[in-house]
Amino acid sequence: MKKSVILGTLTVAGLAAGMASAATLDDVKARGELICGTNTGLTGFAAPDANGVYQGFDVAVCKALAAAVLSDASKVKFVPTTGETRFTALASGEVDLLVRNSTWTYSRDTDLKLDFVAVNYYDGQGFMVKKDLGVSSAKELDGATICIQTGTTTELNLADFFKENNITYTPVTVADDSEAQRQYTAGACDAFTTDASGLAATRATLADAENHVILPEIISKEPLGPVVRHGDNNWGDVVRWTFYALVAAEELGITAANVEEIATTSTNPEVKRLLGTEGDMGAMIGLDKDWAKRAIAVSGNYGEIFAANIGESTSIGLARGLNAQWTQGGLMYAPPFR
Amino acid sequence: MSELHAQTVPFVRDSMLPQELPPASQRGAVKWVRENLFSGPMNTILTVLSLLVVFLILQSSLPWWLNSVWNANSLAECRAAVQAMAGEGATGACWAVIRERWHQFMFGFYPRGLYWRPVLAFALLFVALAPVLFGDNARKRMILLACVAVALVLALIGVGTDLAHVSFAIVAMAAILAVSHLAPARLIWATLLFPAVGFFLLWGGSVWGPIGVLMGFGVLVAVYRLLLPMLGVVMGTALGFLAACVWWLMIQTHVTTVLHNLMPWGLEAIDSDQFGGFLLAFTIGVTAIAASLPLGILLALGRRSDMFLIKTLSVGFIEFIRGVPLITMLFTASLLLQYFLPPQTNFDLILRVIILVTLFASAYIAEVVRGGLAALPRGQYEAADALGLDYWKAQRHIIMPQALKISIPGIVSSFIGLFKDTTLVAFVGLLDPLKGVTAIVRADINWKGIYWEPYIFVGTIFFLICFGMSRYSMYLEKKLKTDHR
Amino acid sequence: MAIVADVPKDGFRLSMLIYDTRFRSITIQVVVLILFLLGVAWLVNNTVENLAAKDKDIAFGFLWNRAGYDIGQTLVPYTNDSSHIRAALVGLVNTLVLAFFGCIFATILGVFAGVLRLSNNWIVGRLMTVYVEIFRNIPLLLWIILVYVVLSETLPTTADFRQSAQLIADGLPPTVSMSFGGTVALTNQGLNVPAPFFARGLGQISLGGMTISLNTLLVFAVVIGSFLANRALRRNAAKVQEATGLRPVIWWKSLLILFAPIILVCIALGLSFDVPVFGRFNFAGGISIAHAFTAMLVALSLYTGAFIAEAVRSGIMAISRGQSEAAFALGLQPGRTMKLIILPQALRIIIPPLISQYLNLTKNTSLGIAVSYLDLRGTLGGITLNQTGRELECMLLMMLIYLIISLIISSLMNLFNSAVKLKER
Repeated sequence: MKKSVILGTLTVAGLAAGMASAATLDDVKARGELICGTNTGLTGFAAPDANGVYQGFDVAVCKALAAAVLSDASKVKFVPTTGETRFTALASGEVDLLVRNSTWTYSRDTDLKLDFVAVNYYDGQGFMVKKDLGVSSAKELDGATICIQTGTTTELNLADFFKENNITYTPVTVADDSEAQRQYTAGACDAFTTDASGLAATRATLADAENHVILPEIISKEPLGPVVRHGDNNWGDVVRWTFYALVAAEELGITAANVEEIATTSTNPEVKRLLGTEGDMGAMIGLDKDWAKRAIAVSGNYGEIFAANIGESTSIGLARGLNAQWTQGGLMYAPPFR
Repeated sequence: MSELHAQTVPFVRDSMLPQELPPASQRGAVKWVRENLFSGPMNTILTVLSLLVVFLILQSSLPWWLNSVWNANSLAECRAAVQAMAGEGATGACWAVIRERWHQFMFGFYPRGLYWRPVLAFALLFVALAPVLFGDNARKRMILLACVAVALVLALIGVGTDLAHVSFAIVAMAAILAVSHLAPARLIWATLLFPAVGFFLLWGGSVWGPIGVLMGFGVLVAVYRLLLPMLGVVMGTALGFLAACVWWLMIQTHVTTVLHNLMPWGLEAIDSDQFGGFLLAFTIGVTAIAASLPLGILLALGRRSDMFLIKTLSVGFIEFIRGVPLITMLFTASLLLQYFLPPQTNFDLILRVIILVTLFASAYIAEVVRGGLAALPRGQYEAADALGLDYWKAQRHIIMPQALKISIPGIVSSFIGLFKDTTLVAFVGLLDPLKGVTAIVRADINWKGIYWEPYIFVGTIFFLICFGMSRYSMYLEKKLKTDHR
Repeated sequence: MAIVADVPKDGFRLSMLIYDTRFRSITIQVVVLILFLLGVAWLVNNTVENLAAKDKDIAFGFLWNRAGYDIGQTLVPYTNDSSHIRAALVGLVNTLVLAFFGCIFATILGVFAGVLRLSNNWIVGRLMTVYVEIFRNIPLLLWIILVYVVLSETLPTTADFRQSAQLIADGLPPTVSMSFGGTVALTNQGLNVPAPFFARGLGQISLGGMTISLNTLLVFAVVIGSFLANRALRRNAAKVQEATGLRPVIWWKSLLILFAPIILVCIALGLSFDVPVFGRFNFAGGISIAHAFTAMLVALSLYTGAFIAEAVRSGIMAISRGQSEAAFALGLQPGRTMKLIILPQALRIIIPPLISQYLNLTKNTSLGIAVSYLDLRGTLGGITLNQTGRELECMLLMMLIYLIISLIISSLMNLFNSAVKLKER
C-alpha cells in the first residue's frame, strides 16, 4: 500500500502530472519541454544512438519545433510509441505532437479526432522481391507470401490491391521494421511491402543489395506528417508553420550556416519576414520574432535535414523524388509567408 | 568328517589376506557407469539418445561460441574479423555489441554519470530485505550486508562512479552495518524508509517530495495516537487515515514547495522515460510486488471473510484479474486508463503500468496468502479466539506472522513470474531489456541484423536472477517445512 | 457466541453499529458497498466525461463493418470483405486451437520430463533438470522469439525447392525435395502437409450462418461411436476377468472396433488427399501451417512443460516410498509400478497445479503478438482496434472473452478434479 500511496500522491501532487488542456502551446512553454511522440526505432527517421540521443529525419522536425517554441533545441523529450499506442498517446495528451511516419487518411483526420498539419515526407507503398524470382511487376505476385507490418495502413492497401487485381497472397504479419527485414532476408516471405522509403532503407542495409529489386508499382499514397490533437488550432498552426519555415528556407536558399548572415544582409522581403527582421510574424502564432531563425539554425532547412538523415549521401540513400521542392518537380511547396 | 579333520593340520590363519578389490565391473567409474547409465536396455537407449542430443547441440554451436569477437564497432566489422580468424564461411558470435551497448541493456537511457543511483538503490533493496530474509540470524545478516557492501563498491567502480559517490556509498553501508551490529531491531526502519529512499535515488528531484509523503504517515500515526484513548481503534484509524489524505492531497505540496525554496536540496530529476533495461524490469517488478503485498493480504482476508459482500467483491476481483492475460492489463494501462481517470489527468506510462501490474500481482499474492492462511491449523484461530483477541489483533499477532512465513516461497515465485513478465512492457512502448532495448540496438545502422547475441545476453541475466531466487525460495521452503505440519 | 441471549435489551444505540458484533458486519458491508458503488460511479462518470470530451461514444456497431484486412491462418471462412466480428471469431478460434494443442503437448512433455527427472539414469536425470531449470527461469517471450528465429533461419527456403532454369539446363533436381514420398514440405515459411478431402460429399447443412459439412459430422459420429463401443468391450472384458480371473484377449477386437468403421466410412466417402505442389513462389494446395503457429506451439509447450514437469515430480515425490516398495514386493516392474501404482495416486496431487498451468498457457497465447500470430489479441485487440480507433470497446470485449475462456477451463478442470479426488467417507 505504502508505495502505491506514495506514487498516487506524487501524481496528484503534480510531479508527474501534465494537463492535456486545449492550449498546448501554453503547456509546452510552461513545462519548458516539448514532448514528441516518435517511432520506437526506424533507421533514418527516428532511432536513439548509443548515448540514447534520438537522431533522424522526424527527430529533426521535433528539434526545430523545440527551438522555435522554447529557444532550445535540446528541450525536447522523445516518447517512443508503437503502431498501436501512438494515436492514443496523442489523444490522451501524453505527447504534444506525433512525428512518426503516420499516414494522413480521411478517417484518421476525422473519426480519430486528429489533425495532420503538414506532410514532411510523401511516400507510397511498394514491394521488394529477390531478383532471382524473376518478378517484374507486383501483379505477378499471385500466390506469394508477403511480409507486412501490422497496425499500419499498408495492411489495408495490400488487401485492396490484390483484390482489385484478382490475385491471392499469404500475409505474414510482423511487428516492426527490423523483424520484417529479418524475415525477408531469411526468405520467410517472397516479397516485403512497406513504404517505399522503408524499402529503400532496408535494401541499402542488405549485404547483397544488388540481388533485390523494388518493383515499379506504388500501390498507395502515403503522405506522412506531423499530427496534433483536433481542436487546438493555434498549436496546429505553430507546428505547420515551423515545418513550412524549413521548407521555405530551402526554397529561399537559407541554410543553418548562413541563416545569421542572411538575416542581416538579405533584402528579399519574404526572407526578412520569415527571419523576423521585418514585421512580427511570430506574434501571430504566439511566438517571438526569431522563431523561424532558431528553427532553421538547429539542423538546417528541409533539404539539409533530408540530406543529413536519409539523403543520397547516407547509407539509406533516398532520392528526393516527390519530396523535392516544387521548383525541382517535387511536391514540397511552402505557402507564402505573408 | 571327523576322520578327515583328525588327519588335517588344524589351520589357523595368523595373517590376514589383503582385502581384494571388487571385480573390475563392480567398482569405480565402470560400476558407476553401469549402474547409472547402462543398467538396462531402456536406460542404454536413453543414454545413447541423450549423448547424441548433447553432441548435436555442441557440434552446431561450439564453433560459433569459439569464434567470438569482442572488439568491433559494427556487425560488418565483426563478420570480417570472424572471417579473418576462422576462414571463409565461418560463423561467430559478435559480443562487441554487448560491449558497446551493455549500459543500455542495464539502465536504458538513464544518464551515464548517474548510474551510481540505481546501483545504490539496488544495494539498499537488499538492506531493506535483510530483516525479512535473515531476521532471526544476526551472523548471517551481517555476512549478507557485508557482501552487499563489497558488491556495491565493486559495482560502483564498475559503472565508473566518481570517488565522492563511492565514498558516500561506503559511509552509508558502514553506518548500516554498525546499526545492524549494535541495534538489529532498528534495521526495520531501513525497510520502512526504503520506498521513499529508493524513489528519491531513482527519480531524484527535490528531497522534500518523499519527505512530505513520509510526513503524511507521521500525521496518520500522530492523529491515531491522539484519538486512540477517546474514540477507539476503528475511529482512530479512520480519522488518522483521513487526516493523512488531507495532508497528502491539500497541504503537502504547499509545505514542500516552501521548504524546497528555503533549502533547495535534491538530486537531478530523471524522467521515467529514461528508465530502461533491467533497471526498468526491477523497478516495475519490485514496486509491484511490494505494493501488492498489503493489497493481496486484504484480498485474501476478504476472500475468507464471512461477510457475503466483502467475499463476493474479493472473489470477483481476484478471479477477474487471474482470468485475463497480463498483456491486456498492459494495454489497459496504455490505452484505457485515460478513459477511467478524471479528465485532464495524465501521468506517465511507467506509473500507469506499475499501477496496473500491482493490481495484477495483488490477485496472485492474494491466492498465495490464502494458501498460507489455509495451511494454518484451525487450532490457531481457536486459540486466538480463546485468548479473547479481536479480529485484527488475532490477525496481527497470531495468524499473519505464521501465514506469511509459510507464504514466503510462494511470494518469491510470484516475484519470479512477475519479473519475467516485465518483458511484456515492450508491447506498450517501454524499453524492456529483452525486446525494447534490443529493438533500439538493432535500429542502429551499425548493428542492424544482429539477433542471437542480445537475446543470449539478456536470457543469461534473467536466468541467473530467477534461478538464484528460485533456489533461495527452495531453501526457505526446506527451512520452514520443519516447523509446520 | 453463546452469550447472545444475555445481551441486555436496552434499546439501540448508534455506537452499537461499530462495537456490537451483531451489527458490525452489517455496518462494514454497507460502508464497503457504498464505497464500491461510489468508486464505480466515479469511474463511469470519468469515462462518460472523457468520451464526451473526445467526442466519442460507446457503440459496438463497428463490429459489423467490413474488416478490410487479411489473416494468414483462418480456420473459419474469412476474407477481407468479412466483418470485424468475423475477424474476432477467427482470432478466437486461433487462440483456442493454440491453447488446445499447447495443453496436450505440454502435458505429454511435462509428464515425461517429470518422470525422467527422477530416473536413475544419471545423464537423463541431469538433462531433464537442465531443461526444467532453463525453461522455468527465462522469460517465455525469449523462447517464443528464439524458436521463431530458429525455424525461419535454419530450415530450407522455398527457393531451394524451385526447379530453376539453370538447374533444368544442368539436369539437376532442386536442392531440396519434399519428404515423406513427396507429400510433406517443411520450408522456412511453414509446414505444408496434404489436406484430406472427400470426393463424394453428402452435402451441407446451414446452422445460423455456419455451414457444417455432413461428411465431417458423419466422421465425428463414427469416431465417437467406435470409441464408446470400445469402452463397452473393455468393461465387459474387465467383468469377465473379475468373474473368472482370466482376462480375455481383446486387443484385436479393440483395434477392429476402433479403426474398421472409420476406414470403411472414409473409403465410402472417397477420401483422398490434396498434396501440396510447388507453384510459382511456394507451395499451393494442402494445408499450410505457418511458423508463427508452430513457434508459439513449441515455445508454449516447452515452457509450460517445464512447469508441469516440476508439478509431476513433486507429485511423485509426495507418494510415500512404501507404495513403490509394496509394488516391487508384489513383483511389478518399475514401469508398471509407475503406471499402475504411483501415477494414479500422484495424479490427485498433480491436478490442481496442472489446472493453473493450463490457465497460464491459455493466457500466454496472447504473447502471439511477439511473432504476429493473429489470435484474439491480434485481430480484435490489434488490427481491428488499430484501424477503427475503438479502444474501449475492443479492449473490454477482449478481456471479457479471455475471462470467459479462463472460467470455462477452470470449471471444467475443477469438475475433473472433484471426480478423481480421494473420496473420503
